[in-house]
Amino acid sequence: MRLFPLCTPVAEHGLLIEFGERIDAAIHARVLALDAALAANPFQGFHEAIPAYASLMIRFDPRLTDHAAVAAHARGLIDRPFSTPEGTPREVLVCYEDAPDLPAVAQAVGLSPEAVIAAHLAGDYRVFMYGFAPGYAYLAGVPQALQMPRKPAAVRGVPAGAVLIAGPQCLVSTLTMPTGWWVIGRSPTRILTGEADRPFLFDVGDRVRFRRIAEGAWPG
Amino acid sequence: MARLRVDFAGPHVSVQDAGRPGRMRFGVPGSGPLDRRAFTAANLALGNPAGAAGVEVSMGGLRLTCLEGELGYAVAGGGFILEHLGKRGAWSVATLRAGETLAIRPGPWGSWCCLAFAGRLQAPEWLGAQATHALSGLGGGRLAAGQVWQVDDARPVLPRAIPCPVAARPRHDIRVTLGPQTRFFAPETVETLLTAPWKVTEAWDRMGMRLAGPRIAPEAALDMASEPILRGSVQVAGDGVPSVLLADHQTTGGYPKIATVLDCELEALVQLRPRDPLRFHAVTPEAAVQIARAQAARDARYFKALEQETPRC
Repeated sequence: MRLFPLCTPVAEHGLLIEFGERIDAAIHARVLALDAALAANPFQGFHEAIPAYASLMIRFDPRLTDHAAVAAHARGLIDRPFSTPEGTPREVLVCYEDAPDLPAVAQAVGLSPEAVIAAHLAGDYRVFMYGFAPGYAYLAGVPQALQMPRKPAAVRGVPAGAVLIAGPQCLVSTLTMPTGWWVIGRSPTRILTGEADRPFLFDVGDRVRFRRIAEGAWPG
Repeated sequence: MARLRVDFAGPHVSVQDAGRPGRMRFGVPGSGPLDRRAFTAANLALGNPAGAAGVEVSMGGLRLTCLEGELGYAVAGGGFILEHLGKRGAWSVATLRAGETLAIRPGPWGSWCCLAFAGRLQAPEWLGAQATHALSGLGGGRLAAGQVWQVDDARPVLPRAIPCPVAARPRHDIRVTLGPQTRFFAPETVETLLTAPWKVTEAWDRMGMRLAGPRIAPEAALDMASEPILRGSVQVAGDGVPSVLLADHQTTGGYPKIATVLDCELEALVQLRPRDPLRFHAVTPEAAVQIARAQAARDARYFKALEQETPRC
């Protein structure tokens, strides 16, 4: 039986704090709350915090502090009453034309392509974490009716800007990469914005809605 | 100003600087040189800031011709061989002049070598750093034959040697802390990690190095929610093959991490070569902190001595 929250030292410079083991909004809310509390109350030697679905990794300078002191600091923050950060609403444009896997997804879930699109647009998504590659933001919130296991084998060369789904997760790719997820649309919205003051469109915890655009409405 | 033409560059030869720490929450690893100590040494030997942009050279090697100008340079990391007006070892400082060629190739030991310049290398920045992120190619970029790179404010320097510290050597005994996901492995499997003779394989790049040895497959089915990864994570894929993740690692992943190499031991690990043997030794987190502090103190003394020996310009 693992009792959460659980603090696990990692090498000389990391502490992993787990709030659970599943992809779950309530568990993730606690990750976000500690992440926000640490940002507001950093300790001497704090380097960065990396949120994931059910855990937060804290990196620190081992010359200035150690695992026990960091764990004590984190537990002090966890014990405070917390409010989960609301998350800023963000909009992502999506074009469902020329989406190679839309027919296969429709067939697999027993809906028409238009009904798949409607379900995808109806989803209320939240940025649970980044991972895999720069700007790969994992959005939880794909409606139950559209949840598909990933493909048995990855497809190579899926272009950047692909709107992908697998299980409860959705993401907009930022690099041309192999992927085993289902390509149901394309987006002109750049997650890597190229702007110096705000290089990433989302913060972890942001809320995301998709807005449909027609092929002809593609910017540029 | 100096201009350098790339005559030849092996795979994984790229521009690096101090990297871009603090952005893992956005999926961006720290990047920067694999051998951070050698990179710092090369820069300090020229009187540069520790994290000034330079070139990381893999075992593939590099050959540059100076087209214009007079450019001081420093080479540190691994037992690489330099060819420039004769042959000598890495860990040295010299000046490359128009018409001269500098070749860097692997020598008796080591896998990575750092080339620093007495001047400012002009290379693209991404997120405020010139370090190249291998997967995306963002940042300063990889070196390739035919390219011409410019170094601004280039200046000549007096030739001299850079002392090579003991810590620069590859080590076959690497210290780790266990976890953070040992729960996915049977106790005997964890024991195997710590007792088996491992070997470095040909599957290496800036993202990680795969090891050869017994299979250490996770016990439980792999339905783990992705967890954060650190540089040094020993990740085990479903096939039971471990990899040590390095500077350009993914920031989160769904494979369990059976152990984590101490950050202060990664330099010793990355200088191992394919087919080199290695063993893992578990230490407590408290011991890990003590080891890191002792190494940081030795590094600080070494860097201070280097700075004191560096002629002021």
